[in-house]
Amino acid sequence: MTTDRRKFLKLIGVGGVGATLAGCGTTGLGLDKSAGRRVVVVGGGYGGTVAARYIRMQDKSIEVVLIETNRQFVSCPLSNLYIAGLLPNLSTLTIGYDALAANHGIKMIYDTVTAIDPVKKTVTVSGGTIDYDRLVLSPGVDFRTEELEGYDLATTPEIMPHAWKAGPQSVLLRKQLEDMPNGGRVVITVPLAPFRCPPGPYERTSLIAMYLKQHKPKSKVIVLDANPDIASKPALFRRGWKKHYEGIIEYRSAQKVTAVNAKTHSVFIEGMEEVKGDVVNVIPPQRAGRIASATGLIGPDKAWCPVNGNTFESTLQKNIHVIGDSSNAGAMPKSGYSANSQAKICATNIVASMNGKESVDMSSLNVCYSFLSAKEAVSVAAVYTVKAGLIVPVPNSGGVSPDLSEAEAIYAHSWLKNILTEMSS
Amino acid sequence: MEQKRWMTRTGQWAFALVGLVLSASAMALAPNSAMLADACTGCHGTYGASAGMSMPSLAGQSRQVIVEAMKNFKSGERYSTVMGRLAKGYTDADFAAMGDYFAGQKLHITQQMLDQQRVAKGAVLHNAKCKSCHPDNGKTNEDDAPPVASQWLPYLQMQMALYIEGKRKTTKMSDVVKGLSADDLESLLQFYASVK
Repeated sequence: MTTDRRKFLKLIGVGGVGATLAGCGTTGLGLDKSAGRRVVVVGGGYGGTVAARYIRMQDKSIEVVLIETNRQFVSCPLSNLYIAGLLPNLSTLTIGYDALAANHGIKMIYDTVTAIDPVKKTVTVSGGTIDYDRLVLSPGVDFRTEELEGYDLATTPEIMPHAWKAGPQSVLLRKQLEDMPNGGRVVITVPLAPFRCPPGPYERTSLIAMYLKQHKPKSKVIVLDANPDIASKPALFRRGWKKHYEGIIEYRSAQKVTAVNAKTHSVFIEGMEEVKGDVVNVIPPQRAGRIASATGLIGPDKAWCPVNGNTFESTLQKNIHVIGDSSNAGAMPKSGYSANSQAKICATNIVASMNGKESVDMSSLNVCYSFLSAKEAVSVAAVYTVKAGLIVPVPNSGGVSPDLSEAEAIYAHSWLKNILTEMSS
Repeated sequence: MEQKRWMTRTGQWAFALVGLVLSASAMALAPNSAMLADACTGCHGTYGASAGMSMPSLAGQSRQVIVEAMKNFKSGERYSTVMGRLAKGYTDADFAAMGDYFAGQKLHITQQMLDQQRVAKGAVLHNAKCKSCHPDNGKTNEDDAPPVASQWLPYLQMQMALYIEGKRKTTKMSDVVKGLSADDLESLLQFYASVK
């Protein structure tokens, strides 16, 4: 046994006597030592929690270790409601891992992955190294800050919050909106698709406009969108903006921000035109989570991880599966629901494969709600299947809401309740 | 698992035909009940046990109820927001497979804050008017009448509003509902929500 290994086993509360390191075998963990099969899951968000849970639900003889940096997870979906003052705090968006771990016998490691060795099949965290038979990565997104001149990941978000990872960033953006004088200007910059949560920037625009209309009616929100048009549900967002926020929202398409200056609260379109705001919400362009890049899982698009559509196994590294925002999942959007559904498919086919059984073709769906006002939402829904290894929508299915809907706003809250319950219990 | 067996045979055929081209790892079984149902439970709760009060629990529903509901969503006969759009992505065989999965789960028992006077009044009304189609206090069902026991009260209220508006149609319930006051209906729903 290596020193690291011993240190690590101690770290996760595993007794030393009789603990030996034998390949991928688990020892002394009190979990089916004889079978000795282990899946390590990295990332305790919409994908990772569900993958860990569904592996254990289907096969208790497989040990599952979930590695997550934070003790709590804050949902991005519905966090725009908090930012706009529609939720008093982050409590309804926040989950912990204790019940999930206890109910399913999942080993939690609160640490950050520093390296993965796909050949030795090991994951290294600051506290040590752990072996895996299969690795599931659900690390969310990383920011391509190199495409924004003047953007420093440590300091810029403290002045120009992205709030594209919910938590302290959401709190900061809300506080800035609350502190802004009536008549102030909010600037939201939207990167080129694909990015996490395609309708997210436009929902945020809607709800910030709602907040301004109520509390700071002389204020405006300017959207600088790098895309040729609103990237999701365009007709519905336009309808909602016309209905509620005429004169408050100024939407500008094909305006790619390439530089920022936090000191002057400025962004620069194509490095030229300067736009200043009292509150500047820069949503940077994105790619797969840092650990996915560091492990050589990024595809030729230099942003996302190509995967097998049925197993979510990386096409670049064996025995490593990538789910959620980091994966290139064909037609599926980068949404919380996609990650949830992919996690279950990945778990099912990992369990099948580890038991020498055939994999099952994926069948998946996505449902995303976006709020246009406090009581109105719209949705996009789609069903996905796999054809020749690629994830495609089932023809003649899915689509968006016919109009803004109060019922959908009610359903959105239950959507959140159910999906967060699945992740945390 | 009829579908799964069938696909396995088909798979073997395909394998025999193009065995030299395809590797065994490229073979996969058609989506089974669990694969199909897992896609639903992000919104409807794990195993179909809903924690969200406007979303119905599917756990313990009958196969026939699930199949009929999905067919009616697909055709547009039953009003929906997302369900119609989703149902269009599936076949009748898929609906049956989903139905098998949810019918095989235990009824989800909820804990809700209810008005006990209404619950008592609802129990009387249930015995007088509803129990032939919703037997065993609504825990089981006859034909296409769904089990309603222990569903969340907000969900039951939303569905009753749809019946009254005519957006959700029913062959048997219309006459019964017409004979009941809004107050009676509320008591009935509170009763069903209370059943453990």
